[in-house]
Amino acid sequence: MSTEARKPPLQIALKIRRILGGKAGWNGVAVQFAFAAILGWIGYEIVSNARANLENQHIAAGFGFLRNNAGFDVNQTLISYTGSDTFLRVFVVGLLNTLVVSVVGIVFATVIGFIVALCRLSPNWLLSRVGEIYVEVIRNLPLLFQILFWYLAVLAALPNPRQSISLLGIAFLSNRGLVVPSPIGQGGLGPFLAVLALGIVASLVLRFHARRALFQEGRMIRIWPYVLGALFGLPLATMLVFGLPFTFELPQLRGFNFAGGSRIIPEFVALTVALSTYTAAFIAEIVRAGILSVHQGQMEAGSSLGLSRGATLRLIVVPQAMRVIVPPLTNQYLNLTKNSSLAVAIGYPDLVSVFAGTSLSQTGQAIEIIAMTMGVYLLISLLTSAVMSVYGWHVSRSLGA
Amino acid sequence: MSDVISSSFVRRDLLAERPAPVKTTGFIGLMRTRLFNSPTNILLTILGALLLWFTIVPSVKFLMVDAVWSGQDRTACLAENAGFAVGACWPYIQAKLPQLIYGFYPEAERWRVDLTLLLAAVLLLPLLVPRLPAKGLNAGLFFAAFPVVAFFLLHGGGIKGFGLSWTAGLLQLFDESILGAGQALLSLSKTSAVAPLLWVVGSLVVLLGTAIQWLIFPLTWLRDYIQGMGRPVWADFAITAAIVGLIAFVLGGGVRTGGRALASSIGTLIGIAIVIKLMGLDHGGLPIVATNLWGGLLVTLVVSVTGIVTSLPIGIALALGRRSTIPLIRIFSIAFIEFWRGVPLITVLFFATYMLPLFLPGNFTVDGLVRALIGIALFTGAYQAENVRGGLAAIPRGQGEAAAALGLSWWKTTSLIVLPQALRHVIPNLVNSFISLFKDTSLVSIVALFDLLGSLRASFSDPKWSTPSTAFTGFAFAGIIYFIFCFGMSRYSLFVEHRLNAHRRN
Repeated sequence: MSTEARKPPLQIALKIRRILGGKAGWNGVAVQFAFAAILGWIGYEIVSNARANLENQHIAAGFGFLRNNAGFDVNQTLISYTGSDTFLRVFVVGLLNTLVVSVVGIVFATVIGFIVALCRLSPNWLLSRVGEIYVEVIRNLPLLFQILFWYLAVLAALPNPRQSISLLGIAFLSNRGLVVPSPIGQGGLGPFLAVLALGIVASLVLRFHARRALFQEGRMIRIWPYVLGALFGLPLATMLVFGLPFTFELPQLRGFNFAGGSRIIPEFVALTVALSTYTAAFIAEIVRAGILSVHQGQMEAGSSLGLSRGATLRLIVVPQAMRVIVPPLTNQYLNLTKNSSLAVAIGYPDLVSVFAGTSLSQTGQAIEIIAMTMGVYLLISLLTSAVMSVYGWHVSRSLGA
Repeated sequence: MSDVISSSFVRRDLLAERPAPVKTTGFIGLMRTRLFNSPTNILLTILGALLLWFTIVPSVKFLMVDAVWSGQDRTACLAENAGFAVGACWPYIQAKLPQLIYGFYPEAERWRVDLTLLLAAVLLLPLLVPRLPAKGLNAGLFFAAFPVVAFFLLHGGGIKGFGLSWTAGLLQLFDESILGAGQALLSLSKTSAVAPLLWVVGSLVVLLGTAIQWLIFPLTWLRDYIQGMGRPVWADFAITAAIVGLIAFVLGGGVRTGGRALASSIGTLIGIAIVIKLMGLDHGGLPIVATNLWGGLLVTLVVSVTGIVTSLPIGIALALGRRSTIPLIRIFSIAFIEFWRGVPLITVLFFATYMLPLFLPGNFTVDGLVRALIGIALFTGAYQAENVRGGLAAIPRGQGEAAAALGLSWWKTTSLIVLPQALRHVIPNLVNSFISLFKDTSLVSIVALFDLLGSLRASFSDPKWSTPSTAFTGFAFAGIIYFIFCFGMSRYSLFVEHRLNAHRRN
């Protein structure tokens, strides 16, 4: 007669206690109740005070104000906007302005950051010192200081449009901003864009195919001539057939200002320069740390396998460095986006400036407006961290395999 | 034998001298190995030298060579009067220096600012040198006593009561709020669908409030009695001292070991009494200087020091909360940290400036500076929480388990074993947070507080000093100040990191 192992007792009470109170047990439950009571009390106080204060100031709570007319102008809009549009449209205009300055800033910051990182890693002593000075000076000055410096000192010291600095005769920099040629779509634009999209898709498919062949059958396929052809040759050919996709309208000096071209307001220039140089200093440190984190032996192992220096870098060093670089790099991108809210100091019409600034002072709807503004930034950062945690999971899975 | 000798070789003449090896040390060696060893490197060196030439030379020329050093107003700094292209206009800084440091702080009272800064330096410097003793006492003085003293020095004003009155007042406020909530529930119960339930809950809350009212009655009665006396502060102080001393004695272990706790509490109280007496807090204290007169470097330092002092406890509490196993506390901590880390500081300041006053009772106004301080403390606290959490995660589990095996409670394990080690681990990260806090204090100028940057910006609009180089001069001056503080802190953090990792060096 065999004895079967008895099932362990269910211990339902213990499990409930663990779920409700953590390791502290029933004490934990009591602490939670006290904590919830305090939170509830604070919440009650906040709600009742806010209600009483709003009543005193004769402000109607709620989001109804979003449909009212804004009645003020914004000096940079990506979508059509006039003073008679609603506050909701102001919100969208501000959000788009924030996004455009963030994206442009991110592009420049990445480029400058990588260049400075390469300078710092360079075997040339002088160049690495120059990179170090750049990083130290930029990192140890407040960002707002730098924004104001570019806006109040550098851009304000530029000459007026009549004596503006000409950049190769196509763009003009003056204290009224940067005037650049504006593209005007022509008949060939449609086919050009279509062929360009086709080229991009074709190159992606080619790359996918080549990697499959390499990993599954060990065949090396040379695809770069085809990719080049698809990305540049085909659009060029379309241009020859259908004519130019767009022409540039050059700015011309007329009287006291420029006619033609599109003007980039000085606030945008100052903000972009300050944000990208500031974030670049941090990106440079991240990239440098990432590249230094790859062990010297990896390089040696690569060359002992007979890989060329370029192939070692491309296939061994950079992928490992990227794993270290990408998470903090995303964090810096996020910081740049959040820092773009400093635009309010120089009057660039971003979300905080036009919505939490002008709209707030016009309507007095502090709670709704600030909650919406904070919500936007919170959403952006939560989305980024969700993407990053997926990335981290992906990396750790590929490492574990 | 002779074979061996004959086949052996003995050199009879000296070898020709070989040329000395190429020097790879010193300046010549550096040039040879790191600057001019290949054509690419020569090109890069020239590039670097050009970069430096076009940045350093104009800066030096602007700051020193072409600068104007003395003058009364803008005419001294104009090119047509000076006779050359004018660089920095230093007389402008000289004229604006009081504004850049003190703001509009009354001239007669500026010694108070100087004294506070001196006190801060005297307390902070010994804290930073690892070799000096009495770190606990020093830290206590800097983080607990100094902020209070600095408040009464900078702001002025006195106190009307002490510990007992404050406790009584706070409890009364809490009780009134409970009673108010109960009444609100009762009045709701007349119209609501779940009336009986609301009525029961409301009555219970009101009952609780009344019970508390009776419970704290001795305290409130004592307070009112003391306030009626001739010298309420000292009477209150004596009673508070007696109560605190007794509590310290009992909690410290009674007759057996309570002497130490009693002695330290008495020492603290004597210190407080000396401060009250010296600054005359019991009869009005120093004349009040409203915070809207503060400005310049003073506000920058006040905001950053307050941020540093308040954010650390908030950060530690949040970090412990996030690691707690109690569900509600953990969820709350995570939500709180992620919320503040997810929004930009400027929206936090807007929140503190425009939204916070709405959340407080109508008769209760908060000073503009204090509002900004609250926002900054919460914001920085969330970042510090993540730093501290990193330190807590670095402590091996065995430490906590060993403490538990010795029979220490959770509080003792945390405060005596885990936290001290964790905090020591993350000092460099904490200092780095302080650097970014110091830089971020410049944002308060956006919500109408005149810190260093705000005062600088305000001084640009003075027509008396408007010259083409005014803005550059002002930015150069403020930049040097910011750089000195931030660079100093970053070097200190590197020094601590180096010291902490001493055992890993080889």
